[in-house]
Amino acid sequence: MIRARITVTLKNGVLDPQGKAIEGALGALGFEGVGSVRQGKVFDVEIQSSDRVKAEADLKAMCEKLLANTVIENYSIAII
Amino acid sequence: MKSAVVLLPGLNRDRDMIAALTKISGTAPLTVWQTETDIPDVDLIVIPGGFSYGDYLRCGAIAARMPVMRAVAEKARKGVKVLGVCNGFQILLEAGLLPGALMRNTSLKFVCREVKLEVSNTDTAFTRNYRPGQIIRCPVAHHDGNYFADAETLARIEGERQVAFRYAEGTNPNGSINDIAGIVSREGNVLGLMPHPENLIEAAHGGADGRPIFESVLGIAA
Repeated sequence: MIRARITVTLKNGVLDPQGKAIEGALGALGFEGVGSVRQGKVFDVEIQSSDRVKAEADLKAMCEKLLANTVIENYSIAII
Repeated sequence: MKSAVVLLPGLNRDRDMIAALTKISGTAPLTVWQTETDIPDVDLIVIPGGFSYGDYLRCGAIAARMPVMRAVAEKARKGVKVLGVCNGFQILLEAGLLPGALMRNTSLKFVCREVKLEVSNTDTAFTRNYRPGQIIRCPVAHHDGNYFADAETLARIEGERQVAFRYAEGTNPNGSINDIAGIVSREGNVLGLMPHPENLIEAAHGGADGRPIFESVLGIAA
């Protein structure tokens, strides 16, 4: 079985109101020097196969077709 | 003119939309469930508002991948008019039938209020019954209506006059770039907008400013 972790983050230049709110809350908790917070998503995907090449191609297609909205988001795939 | 309303689990404005289409066109629209792979011959397909699939992943993301959306895309390619309101707009963007994306409101709050809209382009199938630059009232109710497109896309949709409606008089409720409330496709047969014109079509609603959208696209004289 192949396990992968997909991380989806907002592209640079895309405003992240939730990240901004979290940034403000960290400041309110007394954490100093927090320059910026960007919120993202993590997907842990298990694939019932040992064909790593095909799995990597499938994972990329999953990101392009559903897991990320490439208008506003980037994604990265790590086999773990 | 015949119309159809797409139904998906989690939508909740479908009955309002069906009522509006029935009252304005005089004929009840067909309804098409998400698993349908074919849509009967109609002149207008409407995707109403709500919270399809509980807004999981991203608003409209799951709905946009359902079989019925492939049928909607095929009809749109053939020139059939398609209208998406609120979640319907989000679904059209996720399906790639319109450019850009809708993000969380900059206030982080769900907004449910009336806004003012400027009709930015009356040269579309959906807006021809308005006067150029007309300011109308319209209700909004959403959490993710903050329209975003990258600089290149934005320049293109502005250049092609694809912005049909803009929030006017300082009423932008969500931080949308360029105050964009609704856009049409380059071919002009697909309109998506966050406000709810179906909820302002008769005196009982307190006004009928949303009615001309339906009358325009259904070919009914004002």
